[in-house]
Amino acid sequence: MSLKAFHIVFVVVCSLLALGMGVWAIRDYRGGGDKLSLVIGVGSFLGFVGLLVYGRWFLRKLRGVSYL
Amino acid sequence: MSTQTLPYTVHPHPVTGIYSGKFGTWLFLASEVMLFGALFSSYVLLRVGAPEAPSPLHWPSHEETHLSWRIGGFNTLVLIVSSVTMVMAWASLKMGDFSKGRRYLWLTFLLALTFIVVKLSLEYVPKLRGGYVPAKSTFFSLYYTLTGLHGLHVIGGMVVIGYFLGPGAALWKRDPEYYTNRIECTGLYWHFVDLVWIFLFPVLYLM
Repeated sequence: MSLKAFHIVFVVVCSLLALGMGVWAIRDYRGGGDKLSLVIGVGSFLGFVGLLVYGRWFLRKLRGVSYL
Repeated sequence: MSTQTLPYTVHPHPVTGIYSGKFGTWLFLASEVMLFGALFSSYVLLRVGAPEAPSPLHWPSHEETHLSWRIGGFNTLVLIVSSVTMVMAWASLKMGDFSKGRRYLWLTFLLALTFIVVKLSLEYVPKLRGGYVPAKSTFFSLYYTLTGLHGLHVIGGMVVIGYFLGPGAALWKRDPEYYTNRIECTGLYWHFVDLVWIFLFPVLYLM
């Protein structure tokens, strides 16, 4: 597996973490947390979308590089 | 002294289909999976087997651990960005742009340094001064073992990146493809180290 393939795996895992982190932070805010929790929650959801966009861009940029 | 060069450092080995450095790196990473896998398993087994509160041996709540998920989250972001800069360094070298690749390597090095400085100054030192030492509880012994071992891996990565920024950079002039392959192997290791943290962060700070 090349670094390109491993990076794609990494981006997928990170986007799942961002999604989970977003849910966790919003739940923390709703459970009495401060506004920073809300900001981190929204930021995590935006990070999730950003990682998906980045993943697509990365695949296009390294189109000619092998997955092996 | 022999001047014979290592075979298959640039071109794929006919049996494995990949160059030898990458094959060796994956073998090494397989052993690392076993090391961290055993420690993760220990964590899960000890946590599941811990008695319920109010037993003095109960598993501590988030408030009792005094771990800041915001500091942990910041460090997670730092490591994610460092993986992006690492892969960008490799991609730049692959396209023949040495100076850009070098800039990205420097960024990766600085982000790794940021992680270590934050970990030590905002987490380890205040915790240890506050009496949250490894002997305090099963949680803290596991916390220091897991994060300490991970921190050592980050420092190890910094040493390798530092080498390729310093004396190892001369290889680019001799054989650019060989140098690029070595950066790819470093990137594989770096991604693994970051992936370990991606699992450590929710397990220790959120769950």
